[in-house]
Amino acid sequence: MSGKPPPRASGATPMLEVDRVSAGYGAVQALSEVSLHVDPGEIVTLIGANGAGKSTLLMTVCGAPRPRGGRILLAGEDITGQPTHAIMRRGVAQSPEGRRIFPRMTVQENLLMGAEALVKGDPAPQMEQAFALFPRLKERLSQRGGTLSGGEQQMLAIGRALMSKPRLLLLDEPSLGLAPLVVKQIFDAIRLLNQQTGLTVLLVEQNANLALRLAHRGYVLVNGRITMEGPGRALLARPEIRDAYLGGGHG
Amino acid sequence: MSPAAAIRDAAIAAAVAFGLFAMLVGLRTEIGPQSNLILRQRWAAVAILCAIVFLGRLLITWWLGRRALRPTTAAGPWTARLQQAGRLFAPAMLALALLLPVLPGVGRYELDVGILVLTYVMLGWGLNIVVGLAGLLDLGYVAFYAIGAYSYAIFAQYFGLSFWICLPIAGILAAFWGVLLGFPVLRLRGDYLAIVTLAFGEIIRVVLLNWTELTGGPNGISGIPRPTFFGLPFNASGDPDSFAGFFGLEPSPSHRVIFLYYLIFALALLTNWVTLRLRRQPLGRAWEALREDEIACRALGINITTTKLTAFALGAMFGGFAGAFFATRQAFISPESFTFIESAIILAIVVLGGLGSQVGVAVAALVMIGGFEVFRGLDEWRMLVFGGAMVVIMVLRPRGLVGTRTPSIALGKRRAISGDLVGEGHG
Repeated sequence: MSGKPPPRASGATPMLEVDRVSAGYGAVQALSEVSLHVDPGEIVTLIGANGAGKSTLLMTVCGAPRPRGGRILLAGEDITGQPTHAIMRRGVAQSPEGRRIFPRMTVQENLLMGAEALVKGDPAPQMEQAFALFPRLKERLSQRGGTLSGGEQQMLAIGRALMSKPRLLLLDEPSLGLAPLVVKQIFDAIRLLNQQTGLTVLLVEQNANLALRLAHRGYVLVNGRITMEGPGRALLARPEIRDAYLGGGHG
Repeated sequence: MSPAAAIRDAAIAAAVAFGLFAMLVGLRTEIGPQSNLILRQRWAAVAILCAIVFLGRLLITWWLGRRALRPTTAAGPWTARLQQAGRLFAPAMLALALLLPVLPGVGRYELDVGILVLTYVMLGWGLNIVVGLAGLLDLGYVAFYAIGAYSYAIFAQYFGLSFWICLPIAGILAAFWGVLLGFPVLRLRGDYLAIVTLAFGEIIRVVLLNWTELTGGPNGISGIPRPTFFGLPFNASGDPDSFAGFFGLEPSPSHRVIFLYYLIFALALLTNWVTLRLRRQPLGRAWEALREDEIACRALGINITTTKLTAFALGAMFGGFAGAFFATRQAFISPESFTFIESAIILAIVVLGGLGSQVGVAVAALVMIGGFEVFRGLDEWRMLVFGGAMVVIMVLRPRGLVGTRTPSIALGKRRAISGDLVGEGHG
């Protein structure tokens, strides 16, 4: 159950605004004029089938690939075409698809990697925040990243992303390859984080059922175009969503 | 593996060996007494070789089978033991290196070997920044060695600058070329990067070979000035403005050798110190993260461009320092000293030592370069001993002599992270 979406003052600047963005790789057009926005304090999810362009959209927000058209605004500032590291330094953090933790580094070093490039000052408060969210990480502090279980690696990837005190957290398929119980733990943590700190989250998911239950709003991406949008619960109730993403009547 | 399976496996290996050796060793054409070709058959040698392969294969199987599965992710017993030894080993080696010139029985030859080994230790440590820490496979490292050597030679010859002024210039020029190489290869990784760096090394050598007006081409540059002891030259004159005369010593040619020895010792220690310091800094950690996962680094907002270029530049700079030292020690350089085999030897030192390990690289340099000198008496068998030793190291310690990685930061006790548990090329 998600709480009420935070009240949006009319005319308030969205945390992230993607304005008619097109992107692709070589001859392949992955995104065609996609527009979406994420308001401060919102969890927004982007669902879609394999190859719909979900991850491409997330990566385009991060600056690679560069959009072929359209604008991307972060809290009203134009970040279109900026290099990735510059965008990340403006308060965007990503937990990439497939987790991509550093296997030979310890949990502690992995977390510090999240902070080092971004924050001036003491990373201790963020580390405490990560431990509060995922106590498991504290137990595994001096263990090598590659020896963690999949769920723990995902926790580490999210914790690492949080180390930079982001304004906007991008999550790329955090449920990938994890047991349902672990997925629930991670989604609960995302919800808690959003409720406690008001962190803005853009979540890309294939698990439409869980994602739409968690998110305030959702977008559906089909072949690089947004085909539907609306509050999470409302989308979940629509028959075409149930048919396409929730495997028919038993959602 | 059951004994029967092990024997079958060894028999297959012996059969493969027979297939190879039957033609290569078993049959040999020779000039007969009537200057006709005769076929000499050496089946006994073939049998011995096949038996060696059979037994060796059995031994390897037995060795690998001995390693039972362990229920822990901590370092293996061998690794742990090596680590305990390592704690005393590194200071002991350092002390030995420091005292080598004053030890009894150490003469000119031993010191020359020491200088050679230390040069390769320094080159290994320099390349270790690029390959071991940042994970950028560089097959053209010798180019920076050459740039450093030629920088010193040319600046000293054309402008009469002293070694101490040329040393930083050589380092800066090498670093500059490191950045220049770094730019086009920013997007490359692995095999592709290796090929481009290999080509870079060859380009530099071919330019040195053909730019006759500046570099002397294949004739090289001779009469490169020797280094001075802060302005005091080493010579046998006994003048008060020579080294021996100033300190009131008996003039001796060994003064210069000892000075050169301590010079390369200090340069190598500088390389080591900078590397160890940087490993604990954000930059060093970014290098290691880059080696582990470039995409994750991007996602964390690390500037890949500067991270890679600094690795190339710093690695190249230390190569350049070593090159300037090489030029002043030899007093003669030519492109022949900077062929691909040099790059290969330095890379082998880094890989055998264990990517990223400072102590491992030093030991590997000692074994490779020092060992090569020790086995000089074996003549043409030397390469066989050498190759065999490399095979043994790679079988026993597939991730190099020191395959563990010490975390650069830890709460309380530092625990080494064993590489034994990670697949090759993953970490």
